Amino acid sequence: MAEQLALKDAQRERRAFRARILTMFGLMVVGVLVLLARLVQLQVIEYEEYTTRSEENRIQIQPLPPPRGLIFDRHGVLLAENRPVLSLAVVRERAGDLDALIAELETLVTLTADEISDFFERLDRRRRSYEPVPLKVTLTDEEIAALAVNRYRLPGVEIEARLVRHYPFGALFAHSVGSVRRISEEDLRNLDDPVNYSATRFIGKRGAELFYERSLHGRVGHQRVEVDARGRVRKVLEVHPPEPGSNITLHLDSRLQIAAHGALGERRGAIVAIDPGTGGILAMVSNPGYDPNLFVTGLTQAHYDDLISSRDIPLFNRATHGTYAPGSTFKPVMALAGLTVGATDWERTIEDHGWFQLPNQDRIYRDWSWTPGNSGGQGIVDLHRAIYRSSNVYFYELSTRMDIDQMAGFAAQFGYGQVTSVDVADANPGLLPDRAWKRGAKGQPWYPGDNLNFVIGQGALLVTPLQQATVAALLATRGRWHRPQMLLASDEPLVEMDPPPPLPDVEGPTAEDWEKLVDAMEAVVHRGYKGYRQNGTAWYYIGRGLEYRMAGKSGTAQVVSIEQGETYHKEELGEYERKHAWFIAFAPADAPEIAVAVLVENGGGGSAVASPVAREVIDSYLLPQRPADQVADQVAER
Amino acid sequence: MSSRDFVRTLPAGAGLSAQRPFNMLHLDPLLVLPLLAIIGYGLVILFSAIDRDVSVLNAQIARMGLALAVMVVAAQISPRVFLRWSPMFYLGGVLLLLAVLGFGTTVQGSTRWLDLPGLPRFQPSELMKLAVPMMIAWYLNDRPLPPRLRHLVLSLGLIAVPAVLIAVQPDLGTAILVSTAGLAVLVLSGLYWRWIGLSALAAVAAAPALWMAMHDYQRERVLTLFDPGRDPLGAGWNIIQSKTAIGSGGLFGKGLFEGTQSHLDFLPESQTDFIIAVVGEELGLVGIALLLGLYLLVVGRCVYIATQAPSTFGRLAVGAVTLTFFVYVFVNIAMVSGMLPVVGVPLPLVSYGGTSAITLLAGFGIVMSIHTHRTW
Repeated sequence: MAEQLALKDAQRERRAFRARILTMFGLMVVGVLVLLARLVQLQVIEYEEYTTRSEENRIQIQPLPPPRGLIFDRHGVLLAENRPVLSLAVVRERAGDLDALIAELETLVTLTADEISDFFERLDRRRRSYEPVPLKVTLTDEEIAALAVNRYRLPGVEIEARLVRHYPFGALFAHSVGSVRRISEEDLRNLDDPVNYSATRFIGKRGAELFYERSLHGRVGHQRVEVDARGRVRKVLEVHPPEPGSNITLHLDSRLQIAAHGALGERRGAIVAIDPGTGGILAMVSNPGYDPNLFVTGLTQAHYDDLISSRDIPLFNRATHGTYAPGSTFKPVMALAGLTVGATDWERTIEDHGWFQLPNQDRIYRDWSWTPGNSGGQGIVDLHRAIYRSSNVYFYELSTRMDIDQMAGFAAQFGYGQVTSVDVADANPGLLPDRAWKRGAKGQPWYPGDNLNFVIGQGALLVTPLQQATVAALLATRGRWHRPQMLLASDEPLVEMDPPPPLPDVEGPTAEDWEKLVDAMEAVVHRGYKGYRQNGTAWYYIGRGLEYRMAGKSGTAQVVSIEQGETYHKEELGEYERKHAWFIAFAPADAPEIAVAVLVENGGGGSAVASPVAREVIDSYLLPQRPADQVADQVAER
Repeated sequence: MSSRDFVRTLPAGAGLSAQRPFNMLHLDPLLVLPLLAIIGYGLVILFSAIDRDVSVLNAQIARMGLALAVMVVAAQISPRVFLRWSPMFYLGGVLLLLAVLGFGTTVQGSTRWLDLPGLPRFQPSELMKLAVPMMIAWYLNDRPLPPRLRHLVLSLGLIAVPAVLIAVQPDLGTAILVSTAGLAVLVLSGLYWRWIGLSALAAVAAAPALWMAMHDYQRERVLTLFDPGRDPLGAGWNIIQSKTAIGSGGLFGKGLFEGTQSHLDFLPESQTDFIIAVVGEELGLVGIALLLGLYLLVVGRCVYIATQAPSTFGRLAVGAVTLTFFVYVFVNIAMVSGMLPVVGVPLPLVSYGGTSAITLLAGFGIVMSIHTHRTW
């Protein structure tokens, strides 16, 4: 059997095999042709398409953030600058299991719940693939080291160097220069030109940063880069550099700001100082403040909760948004109104017994000086005395000689109920009540009693410290308007500079009226050593040893409500029910260089509490300044 | 005996003195030279694919040197020895496969490797790429051809045993290649075309069952072939990027070392299974055609050698080595250019790595042994 098999037909088998293997060889050649056909299809016919794809793979357009414009004070001191920080970002496409990665990162760097939730929120937004999504803005040196060591097991984690906003003075200018905050989804929707913000992480949200956002921001640039499959840049092919934002110089005087901040101390309140000659805002303080840098470097949730839930509302800008009854600081305006409409003159006198009653009414309106043990009043009072003694009774009587439309109409010339500032972001217009307002808001007619409240700056009338500072400046210029303005200068014309038309000067009072009014306001500060109920209301507190002539007016506003969307904490009613202390002033009285409004919330008497603050501010502005290097030291310390 | 056979039994190299060193070493210059050309070409491409990392290149050169040494050694061994030892080789391989199932090393979910003391870690399935065709060739060597049905059935059994053992590792790719090598022998043995046709029909009919038996990742690969866009960052990524690499190479390529797809890491596995895409991207259609030409030279020479082999075993063994070699080339390029699902088949003698080169060159060593040993 085996033999037979061994003798199988070798020739025939060989021939069969040859046929078979040649067939197979033929098939193999066909196979090669098939492959070549496929390659021709890919490399010749579809060449363009694949070349495009390959280029799209390789080339990425990356937006380049423009450096934000710097903000200087009037002396060239930096108020807002840009500082490089190293931040942590994650490329989603490379990261794999995100939750695991975050858990891993948490062992290396401090991540707040906020940062993580913000991160996931940003992750859900529309974005380019392989775009790093920021997770934590500022890394400490230790964190950078820990990340560097562990980088190999952190796929998709990137450390990016970026410029971020830095405010060297911390909280000092939080309410004037303002602050940038992280761009929110809503911000992006509201932008005119979202493309310009494609590389931007922060946007001006308060103060000058908000108002001059468009100029400070600059124009986004871009670069064409060659990237690898992990999204890492291998080569920069072409750069269109961003246009940096414009640098701006504000009227603010950091030395004065420091002095004002110090004068207010720990008290809640606001100070606005204006250069009457230009309307330039020299200082703007709202206390308490907050450190705007925290919004850049990342705020813990607890800290943020503290900020927004604090009774003292530190995020709230009292200087421009806080509305208060102006109290007696309104009287100079009403004095001019009375003169203008002929309801009074400088000679007319009344007898002030400390209280006032409207005809046919039982209600007694008291002077501020009224006490249960002494109802003597201020005696014979003319307009001059009515101002330096701040006689309510004189003004009550005066208000009965005027119509509310006359009073409100005249007050409107001083900017009440309006925003007159050029570039204060979101300034509150306050409220100037009149007949129409009362009918609309309360459905009631205007009663004669409303005149009495109105004329002494109580009732529905509401003003902001900025408005009262503007009034002080208007009194200083004797009615010549300069709209309050933050901006002093800029490198180039700013897109925002479309200034509102100039306001007409205050009409009505004669030059003599103005001078006599200023005299009366000087008496508020300087009339002293005259005896019981004869001195200016503020003299005892600030009038002695004053090296220049100051015109001022104190005010004490009853707290009806604080219109700040605050919840009312009943248990603390006592402190927060106290009167607000006001003082407005300008100096030198005959050639004013500075006008100031001071408000101390729940501070008590305007003369006792607010006037010393105003004097400290004006002193620091007018008196010989400390050597410049000392200021520099102080700046450096911060 | 024909006159040609007489001529071939003359002392080798009588005519051409330049061939003497080849002949003394039992080497066939017309096979060795295209093989060396492919290896050299491959090293150049690899050098680009590994971003000109000389140390990696040196490692590959060493492996190729080893593989060539194996080839030379195999060529010295008489075909009679291969014939005699084929069953033992096969049996040993099957035992090693069983050992893998028993106590193999698991990497990434597959148990394919054996860690035997004193030996580097290796895949016994790789041995079967040679052992199976040699076993079938041995089995059919003294049987009448075309094979009778019972011989065919037994042969299929001999193929199925290792194929199944490999498939359950799981390593479907190698199982298919091992089966292919065995089936190649059967096809070359003169199997009736109608039987081949029927088997092909049966295979098509069995496709749904095969589909059901596949792992999810394997199904995913098949689906991806038809629609790479279904998961562009996952399973489809490789094929999209390799097609992009090849297509963007055009006729003449972007230039050696200039491929962006490979050098910017868009092309995965650019040093191993997908290296042909580097050729396509950097050297273009011309570059791939050149390589295909070299492969065709090897195949053509082997076909000639097969036709000249004096024994059934020799013919079948040479034919099987040739056919499997070509199948590797075809499957690899078809897969990278998106015509076949992604299976782990390296490009012969070009892809980075040593195991496959050793198996292949050992096979060519056997081919040359069969060709140069005239008296057996």
